Amino acid sequence: MKGEIIINEEVVPNVHRLVLSAPVIAKRAKPGQFVIIIPDEVGERIPFTLSDWSPEDGTITIFYQEAGVSTMKLTRMKPGNVIHTLVGPLGRPSKIEKFGTVLLGGGCYGLGAIYPLAKAFKEAGNRVIGLFEARTTYIVYNEEKLREVVDELYIVTADGSRGLRGHVPEALPYILEKEGKIDYAHFIGCTYMMMVSSRGTKEHNIPTIVAMNTLMVDGTGMCGICRVEVDGNTKFACVDGPDFDGHKVNWDMVFARKHAYVAEENMAYQFYRTQMDGAVNKCAKNRKEGA
Amino acid sequence: MSKRKDGLTPKERMAIPRAKMPEQNPSARAANFEEVPLGLTPEQAMEEAKRCLDCRKQPCVHGCPVAVQIPEFIKLVGEGKFGEAAKLIKETNVLPAVTGRVCPQETQCEGDCTLFKKYGGVSIGALERFVADYERNNNLVEIPPKPKPTGKKVAIIGSGPSGLTVAGDLILQGHAVTVFEALHEAGGVLVYGIPEFRLPKEIVAAEVDYLVQQGVNFELNVVAGMTITMDEILEEFDAVYIGVGAGLPWFMRIEGEELNGVLSANEYLTRSNLMKGYLFPDYDSPLPQGKHVCVVGGGNVAMDAARTAKRLGAKVTIVYRRAREQLPARGEEVHHADEEGIVFQLLSNPVKILGKDGKVSGMECIRMELGEPDASGRRRPIPIGGSNFEFECDQVIISIGAGANPLLTKTMPDLDLNKWGYIVVDENNRTNISKVWAGGDIVTGSATVIEAMGAGRIAARSIHAELLGLPQPTSEKEEE
Ligand SMILES: Cc1cc2nc3c(=O)[nH]c(=O)nc-3n(C[C@H](O)[C@H](O)[C@H](O)COP(=O)(O)OP(=O)(O)OC[C@H]3O[C@@H](n4cnc5c(N)ncnc54)[C@H](O)[C@@H]3O)c2cc1C
Ligand SMILES: Cc1cc2nc3c(=O)[nH]c(=O)nc-3n(C[C@H](O)[C@H](O)[C@H](O)COP(=O)(O)OP(=O)(O)OC[C@H]3O[C@@H](n4cnc5c(N)ncnc54)[C@H](O)[C@@H]3O)c2cc1C
Ligand code: SF4
Ligand code: SF4
Ligand code: FES
Repeated sequence: MKGEIIINEEVVPNVHRLVLSAPVIAKRAKPGQFVIIIPDEVGERIPFTLSDWSPEDGTITIFYQEAGVSTMKLTRMKPGNVIHTLVGPLGRPSKIEKFGTVLLGGGCYGLGAIYPLAKAFKEAGNRVIGLFEARTTYIVYNEEKLREVVDELYIVTADGSRGLRGHVPEALPYILEKEGKIDYAHFIGCTYMMMVSSRGTKEHNIPTIVAMNTLMVDGTGMCGICRVEVDGNTKFACVDGPDFDGHKVNWDMVFARKHAYVAEENMAYQFYRTQMDGAVNKCAKNRKEGA
Repeated sequence: MSKRKDGLTPKERMAIPRAKMPEQNPSARAANFEEVPLGLTPEQAMEEAKRCLDCRKQPCVHGCPVAVQIPEFIKLVGEGKFGEAAKLIKETNVLPAVTGRVCPQETQCEGDCTLFKKYGGVSIGALERFVADYERNNNLVEIPPKPKPTGKKVAIIGSGPSGLTVAGDLILQGHAVTVFEALHEAGGVLVYGIPEFRLPKEIVAAEVDYLVQQGVNFELNVVAGMTITMDEILEEFDAVYIGVGAGLPWFMRIEGEELNGVLSANEYLTRSNLMKGYLFPDYDSPLPQGKHVCVVGGGNVAMDAARTAKRLGAKVTIVYRRAREQLPARGEEVHHADEEGIVFQLLSNPVKILGKDGKVSGMECIRMELGEPDASGRRRPIPIGGSNFEFECDQVIISIGAGANPLLTKTMPDLDLNKWGYIVVDENNRTNISKVWAGGDIVTGSATVIEAMGAGRIAARSIHAELLGLPQPTSEKEEE
């Protein structure tokens, strides 16, 4: 499958909304699933959460942040351009049941990615509490859209410029006081946010699911790079997840493994940015010396 | 069989020395990704063909899982009829350029050759490769005329050698064939696992292209069970062949396996081959480059990982728990690895991967000795108490085997699987579900390219018979 770009816009600084034509995926997608994209013919395989889709229009939406070469390449693509490779939906769909009151927390791309979950939890008869975590006011996005499907939306900013100050754990007591009991929580965002949020909900004994965003290659259970330790067992995030019990994930290991390729990623980033002979030679030389 | 024109006596034939395959020299090739064996020259091939005794009982043919007509094709090589020889092979083996390169000939055709023990078997693999390359390089590959369409539609899941064989056989019979492949390139292990220096990717691409030209429809980036469900496939197609391979990597479950720098051979080889990581940063996928890489395991996969690491400039050690004679890799691969300077740490088993700051810093192993033969007939390695030793390394590639990937099969609760998760089939490679066949590694567990192709051929015959309402073929499996 290939995916033609319909919209590719920066919604707030360094968060981009990408709408692709992908009728087959749009027909099949379930909340919690993801796609893998290769931007161009020399690109790598990178996973993104499905943040919305329309079987009628045959489109899917993802929100992404520029983090390295591949996402930077994406930012430079325009409507009408075609993504080299698009595959999905992948991963197990999230568990959607009637739990009672569900807290749905999003950070970074999660502000966009929790939308389909919110909708599904709502349709399943839950009271749905949205929770946006952001560094500061001006990077909050997707608010209106989420408000359509949640019963309540809390916003917590690290600098306190809007809503509650701090991170999810600091906001939890306040939310619990206002809402009463929370029966179930689900977080999507950067690893750090999901970890501290899980710690927070553990204190209040709220069952918690996180959407792991490990490194991935194939996304079909074939390479094992996405392995995470959950409750002492090795799981592959791409096929056994991406959702796991946030209280049982071995977070230390997740953090350590995230940085497996930082040196190479940096090199690729610099390489792509400059694309000068000098850089090419330097990379080749570094490589020889095993830098 | 007609008499051979060269009129040599068997004695004279046996006196001809076995052809020596020209190769890139070890020091040069250990730094590049180009193919190691360069292929026989036409003269060498014709000379080698003379060695064949044209044995009445054809033991070589019995050694080949698909019974390639070996003495007959070799005779054509001897007469310089290379194109015809290639056509003859293709009657039983649709990917000779591949199998000629990767078959473990010493345990198959060549191992059973009358000349094997005393003189070295006839170089059947090298000849097979030679004629296939000759045919391709001289544009002698003909697209067969389009057969009359039968109106039947067949879906093939997985584009490894097994699926490609089924596709090739059934398109020739006039069925409409669609291949669904999860990855962005077709070929299965041939593209993501086996490195360029052993099997140039342009050969696989040419074989896939040959099928495309015949009308096979490849749907890449479609994960059956996810992108399309089995029910949908069964609704749209008259028959389905499952050839999804055995791609689930095993880990050792020892301390330190989560450290950065520890990866499965599948990840390493996929990054290198499919994602072209060895060309990083021209290609975006990083391929980690250790200074001292330790590869655990002794099969083809381990050799491929080790030789890839070598080419990226590492010092490489292979850790294997049995002795050299038990290495499951093809003899040729072990020999090549040796020549390239890869160190074999035999009769050793890792017990712990050592780490510093979350990264691999070394490995602790225990020495092993060989005890009684186990179920596989190989002598069982037993740890020698107190013999632990450590060495430094900064990358560990685990290559201890692979299992059945449940991604598709778990969406088919009614499908019969054995206790390891492999699909159970009958002698015609039919599963217990009507309209569904299976074969290759997902049935047998990790095996060989030619066995996967053999399974595909059996299934293709059965599918064809079923679609046309003919009686099922009777068992073709060799009596042991
Ligand atoms: C199931 C899943 C869903 C995801 N959904 C989204 C999404 O909806 N939107 C979004 O912006 N991102 C998402 N991610 C993360 C996204 O895949 C990475 O940001 C992307 O691969 C980075 O690629 P790059 O080449 O631009 O950066 P790289 O050069 O590869 O990496 C730059 C930095 O990002 C880190 N990084 C690399 N890959 C990942 C990763 N998979 N997860 C987290 N950090 C990574 C690296 O360690 C490095 O520090 C998801 C990841 C997974 C596994
Ligand atoms: C590194 C390595 C080296 C090897 N060396 C040799 C050798 O030298 N000689 C030899 O004879 N054998 C060798 N083998 C073994 C040989 O490659 C395999 O036995 C053979 O490829 C099996 O073929 P297959 O068609 O069953 O499956 P595979 O080649 O594994 O192909 C299966 C295909 O199915 C696809 N797939 C999986 N799930 C799905 C899904 N749900 N939907 C769509 N597609 C799917 C996969 O992506 C893959 O492309 C080697 C194997 C490896 C890994
Ligand atoms: S297919 Fe393999 S086993 Fe059979 S003749 Fe060719 S090289 Fe030998
Ligand atoms: S066994 Fe060897 S010598 Fe005899 S026919 Fe086969 S290839 Fe020729
Ligand atoms: S991404 Fe390769 S196994 Fe999960």
